Amino acid sequence: MAAKKKAKSTGKSTGKSTGKSTGKTTGARDVALEAHKRVQVPAKLDTNAKIDFLANSAVKLARKKVDPFVDIPTRTLSNVNFSKRKKIIEMGDATQRRSLFNMNQARKFMQTFVIAKGCKQLQAEGKTTSIRDLYYMSKYTLKDGKENTFDDQVESDPIIEDLEVSLGSLREELHLFAAKRGSVVGPLTLVDAGDTIDLSRMGSGGWSVPGIVEPNVVQFVKHKAKFILLVEKEAVWARLNEDKFWKRHNCILVTGQGQPPRGVRRLLFRMVQEMKLPLYVFVDNDPWGYYIHSVVKQGSINLAFESARMAIPSAQFIGLSAYDPARYGISEGVSIKLNDQDRARAKEILAYDWFQDRRWQREIKHMLKQGVKWELEALSNKGISFVTEEYLPKKIADQDFL
Amino acid sequence: MTTTKKTPRKRVSAETLSKNQREISVSEFFAKNRHLLGFDSLRKALLTTVKEAVDNSLDACEEAGILPEIWVTLLSRSEENRYVVQVRDNGPGIVPKQMPNIFGKLLYGSKFHSMKQSRGQQGIGISAAAMYGQLTTGKPLDVTSRTGPRKPAVSMKVIIDTNANKPKTVNQKELDEWHLAHGTELSIELEAKYIKGKQSVDEFIYQTAVANPHASFHYRNPVGELVSFERSVPDNPEPAKEIKPHPHGVELGVLMKMLQSTKQSTVSSFLSSDFSRVSPGLASKIVQRAGLKPRNRPSTIARKEVDSLYRSLNDPATKIMAPPTNCLSPIGMQELLAGLTRGVKAEFFTVETRKPAVYRGNPFQVEVGLAWGGDLPGDSLARVMRFANRVPLLHQAGGCCINKAALEVSWKSYGLQQARGALPTGPLLVMVHLASVWVPFSSESKEAVADYDEIRKEIRLAIQSCGRRMGQFVKRKARARNEAKRREVFNLYLDEVVSCVETITGEDHEKFRKQLMTISKAKTELAELLEEQSSSADEADELAAAENVIIIDPDAVAVESAAPELQGAVNAREQAALDFD
Repeated sequence: MAAKKKAKSTGKSTGKSTGKSTGKTTGARDVALEAHKRVQVPAKLDTNAKIDFLANSAVKLARKKVDPFVDIPTRTLSNVNFSKRKKIIEMGDATQRRSLFNMNQARKFMQTFVIAKGCKQLQAEGKTTSIRDLYYMSKYTLKDGKENTFDDQVESDPIIEDLEVSLGSLREELHLFAAKRGSVVGPLTLVDAGDTIDLSRMGSGGWSVPGIVEPNVVQFVKHKAKFILLVEKEAVWARLNEDKFWKRHNCILVTGQGQPPRGVRRLLFRMVQEMKLPLYVFVDNDPWGYYIHSVVKQGSINLAFESARMAIPSAQFIGLSAYDPARYGISEGVSIKLNDQDRARAKEILAYDWFQDRRWQREIKHMLKQGVKWELEALSNKGISFVTEEYLPKKIADQDFL
Repeated sequence: MTTTKKTPRKRVSAETLSKNQREISVSEFFAKNRHLLGFDSLRKALLTTVKEAVDNSLDACEEAGILPEIWVTLLSRSEENRYVVQVRDNGPGIVPKQMPNIFGKLLYGSKFHSMKQSRGQQGIGISAAAMYGQLTTGKPLDVTSRTGPRKPAVSMKVIIDTNANKPKTVNQKELDEWHLAHGTELSIELEAKYIKGKQSVDEFIYQTAVANPHASFHYRNPVGELVSFERSVPDNPEPAKEIKPHPHGVELGVLMKMLQSTKQSTVSSFLSSDFSRVSPGLASKIVQRAGLKPRNRPSTIARKEVDSLYRSLNDPATKIMAPPTNCLSPIGMQELLAGLTRGVKAEFFTVETRKPAVYRGNPFQVEVGLAWGGDLPGDSLARVMRFANRVPLLHQAGGCCINKAALEVSWKSYGLQQARGALPTGPLLVMVHLASVWVPFSSESKEAVADYDEIRKEIRLAIQSCGRRMGQFVKRKARARNEAKRREVFNLYLDEVVSCVETITGEDHEKFRKQLMTISKAKTELAELLEEQSSSADEADELAAAENVIIIDPDAVAVESAAPELQGAVNAREQAALDFD
């Protein structure tokens, strides 16, 4: 019955659309048809033209009496696939429609256009700015004199990401960067915005990673490193720097201060790619630490569209493993009990496609079984320089990675 | 146990006791039990006095087929807590001979013995008020009455002998001139207190006006505020008919009394002629089931036999038709609406009159009116106005069957908020009228309806059917508000989107804006329809066309109606001032 009905309706509609396409009036059926089509911004356009295309698509839809909408690729777990071949997380085809004439989406639709306008202005003026700046540029009061376009940067950031994915433009191409975070030291010389910088002479603070690290801004000149070590905690990174760990072991020492921002991830990607160095990830032993490693290695769900230029499948997990404290004789006293959030997050991670590796399953389940987590600083319990003198050298020597 | 030795008390002989035993006069009983009749506080005494006098006036007018016009004046005396209640009507008047009995003798009246709907029932009311006045101030009741334009008006003072339950009259005189062709005016001076509020005389007059749209009321309170409610229905209600008692409604004692006083010579004929709904055939069946002989004389049936007759009457196997209901005089749908609209400033009114029903052999009928919106306060609990035989009930709301029924209703389904076990919150007024030959009050002071399942169910059903109509309206209003709000939001955003698109493309997009506006309009069509009061919404039309519904557009010219508060009736003030001498 349903199939019959469907066949009938499609048959009719094709006939009608061909026959009536020259007609002046648009029937309800044509409106419905038009609304079914997906608006996809052509990839071959440049960013400027892409923004124009988005604006014009709304005009075209309105002309056809269709509520204007934007189709935004979905950035959720349900719309990402783990490519076993490439070993990275890739974004699926699912899109979410955002319409102007829907009470729940109207505000976001308007905001998408406000952000698009801001990006267009940046393009026109050839300026690059932070996403916080764009938030301030785009924040103003609407015509009713009461409502603001944005009330908080928390509102504008996701809209910017929405725009990136729907236009298929990189953030840099939109002339945007996030607040910079992260530091690097090591036997490496690079050029940053025209200045040549020797990263082995950066004192205790290191070179701070800019928001945009594309080749037009940052170029690598020469290096003597054998590997790269990404440290989650800045405090531990500072310890390693003070102990000149990087000098003794010839490595590039990077911290992203927690979950590394895009700049740091892109920098790591380029270093691994261009200098052919192994990358070791050194994080807390808790679900969040595991996930930091996983984001560096496979990419994130939210930025799955960037995985191809950010994920480093060769990255290796150096620690802290749930098995390490016992192996290295670290006192139980410095462990922290897992809370409900930790457990819930661990179970979530266990279910991710890219955590199905037997060794990872074993690792996470072991942590859950122990019921405790360990911070990197816990290693200092064995002595202030235990991490630089014993732990890391032994791990690297044994190639004890996950 | 204590071992204290008690001095044995001397036995008192019956003869000695008998010296102290004497008849207690009804008046004396009242003097000691005034709370039973609604005189327990100073505030209530004022209300009860007004209430009894107004009830009598209305009943008298209706019985005589006169459209009632009633003047009530409260005067404050210079002494503290001393007031004069003056009530005047254009009724048929009272013949001089009966005046002392009506006003000066408790339990005297025409209503107690009849099976007929009326306001007063026990005939205790007005004389009790007179007695209360006399007890607290020493002043007798003052009454003037005239029975027709050709008769002289007679005025007198009625003093009650509280020991003998007998009235005495003084100062009886014929007046040469009186301002009414017929009618009665009485004034009682009493100790009382005038306080405004939900249980005030103001409220009583207001509610009485709502329930009696065929009557005009002119009221002046002690503060000097005047309010008038002009008649909004041109006819008196259909007079209630008297009926014979229904077998299920009589108690054993009443049955015995009836057996003794009947004119019939056999039990069988007694049953079929002194009761309603008992045919001769049914009568003989009842007699048979009671184990009596049809030819037995009613007066000689001994106590035991009465018992079995009573049981036989109430035996479930004895099928007796429900009592006739033409004895009831409901307010009526149109009249109820007229009453509500003259008293309440609301947006939506609906009423429901249930078919008559029966509780314990007594016919009764429930009418409900709902008023929603307008000037009714939206942030407080709904107000319930209770009426029994057109008389407002102002006290003991909590224990009243009417309130319980209103609480049983699930108001949430009609779009109102309702906390557990409470009345709903919102601009709502619920008016419930119970008409019955014998309203089952829960106390002598007639302040609350006793909780009978049959009555509560009827009230609930009536409220629910009004509620459904109100719900439709409320929800439609809410939807319209929503739609209007939605459109506002859409239009605000689409303006911004257009300006963004203009900046991006660098072109003018007035056409784009217009197209978006068209879509926005289509998307929020309902709001448009309602804003223009266009009548294509079928549902809305149907509701507005129903004869038991009145919808008042709040934006249209204010409806001519007296405000619930006394301050409102400015127009009526001058007219009323003329009517009060």
